[in-house]
Amino acid sequence: MTALKIIVCAKQIPDPEAPLSDVSVDAENLEVIVDAPQVISPFDENALEAAVRIKEASDAHISVLSLGGKVSDTVLRKTLAAGADELILLEDDAFEKLDSHSTAAALMAAVRKIGAYDLILTGRQAGDWDSGQVGLILGELLDIPCIHLAREIAVEDGSVMVKKSLPDGYERVKAPLPALVTVSNEVGELRYISRTKMLKMIRGARSIPSWSMGDVGVEEDALQKMGISSLSSPPDMGRDCRLLEGSPEEQAEKLVEVFMSLR
Amino acid sequence: MNDVLILAEVKEGSLDLRTLELFGAGKRLAGNSGGFSVVLLGDVVSGAADEAASYGPDTVYKVEHPLLKGFQPDLWLAALEQACREIEPKVLLMSHAFVGRELGPRLACRLNTRLTTDCIDLSMDPEDGRLLRTKPVSGGNAISVFKCPGEPQMATVRAKVFSPHEPGTGSGATVEIQPKIDESMIRAESLEVVKEDVVALDKADVVVAGGAGLGEEDGFELLEELAEALRKPFGNVMIGCSRVAVDKGWISSDHQVGLTGTMISPDIYVAVGISGAIQHLVGMVHSKKIVAINTDPACNMFKVSDYGVVEDYEEIVPALVEKLKEVS
Repeated sequence: MTALKIIVCAKQIPDPEAPLSDVSVDAENLEVIVDAPQVISPFDENALEAAVRIKEASDAHISVLSLGGKVSDTVLRKTLAAGADELILLEDDAFEKLDSHSTAAALMAAVRKIGAYDLILTGRQAGDWDSGQVGLILGELLDIPCIHLAREIAVEDGSVMVKKSLPDGYERVKAPLPALVTVSNEVGELRYISRTKMLKMIRGARSIPSWSMGDVGVEEDALQKMGISSLSSPPDMGRDCRLLEGSPEEQAEKLVEVFMSLR
Repeated sequence: MNDVLILAEVKEGSLDLRTLELFGAGKRLAGNSGGFSVVLLGDVVSGAADEAASYGPDTVYKVEHPLLKGFQPDLWLAALEQACREIEPKVLLMSHAFVGRELGPRLACRLNTRLTTDCIDLSMDPEDGRLLRTKPVSGGNAISVFKCPGEPQMATVRAKVFSPHEPGTGSGATVEIQPKIDESMIRAESLEVVKEDVVALDKADVVVAGGAGLGEEDGFELLEELAEALRKPFGNVMIGCSRVAVDKGWISSDHQVGLTGTMISPDIYVAVGISGAIQHLVGMVHSKKIVAINTDPACNMFKVSDYGVVEDYEEIVPALVEKLKEVS
């Protein structure tokens, strides 16, 4: 049996778990400025974890595709350390701030350039724009079966078997390969990667291919921007926090008083 | 002429509350000059269609087919696509919930238009009549307004931001659309639906929630003790959690609070070992009182809390349980 070919789409974003104080809005230039390290979008890490588990269960080759205006292979080499076999950057100024449809179209072009594949995994949504569209649109554009919100994924006899999260349980869904599955966080977090392994991968001599718009054969005219017409800061959510002092017993006593006063 | 079309959803035999909110949004969008219409999919939708008609839409479109029993995404998508091509709405709204989250992007792609998800406000640009779609981005760190090309102009709408529409006088027409669907269109086949007991976090008076700061799965046992001690004075107390706690496999996702979990506003929210990523905060920041327990005094959670305890939860929670037992 030949190795299963899996493609994982992973987006690089500023750390969405960053403290509030690190985020500001530049309304004039329509930019959200996040003064935080770049990371892989959390649900995309879940998708990669799902791929690595499939690889552990059977012979598989994992390619990671990452699209953006500027993509850092330092951040994304983590995917190789976690078990991906290949990392391809899709990097072009023209890829900056694309709408979901155009992002999916560019990814489709890259998928076609990669060639044969069996399974595409994406996160359910990205942690920056929280749109939740690119994976599903990519499935539509490629005209392949699409399963949304996986909490468990396995490949058996040319089919993908998915436990799809429902509001009140789950559904077991089966689709023939090739197929696309969007991954939810119930899959579990990306495995731990030791610092040594991580540094070795970052400093490694391995060269990472970077494809431009032209390399994947996409015309700039076919790409649309997100169409932001204005950007603002959210209403202030802050409250004046009263810190309770003293020993744990004293703090507990004060907190119980607070609770009882709210009854 | 159809200005605003709303995909209505049925829950336990009647229109979902989220659908009534969409009617409110649709009516407001259409303004004085236009109206809104409703599309219903299912195997039998007559009851729901009559109910929808009582809210005063221009038209109720019934898309009935035996294969539309239950939500099979491939078939619902095909049927809805056909309905949209026939109705040609200018604007199409869906709830940002299970069905809309999946159908929205796929339908937008098939109709070659653009969708904005999870909108908290909608209005028409008076200059060009285009839909202005307001949506929180960066997990809620910023609010963006989008204007996109294509028709229908599509949006999924966040729960509880629009008031439900009041029933009006029903005089609208009912139109039947016969979808051309068959079993060969099913690409992802459902083998089994497994119901699980899930917590209805949005019904809780008090939520005791844990995050990465618990350090281990067993931390939730301590939180359950606290929840139990709070049940006597408060009644409906449930356990919540952050996304990280689910990712780590400590607790099931029905307990998750935040952007991709449940959005709640209980009387009291007790956040234990949750630093407060913005995607979590947006799900609980409207709680009436917020109590934070965390070892890091600089964490986000204290900034949105009314009361804070900077202490190891393993010290403070047992003490709290003891004191609560004493007073109640």
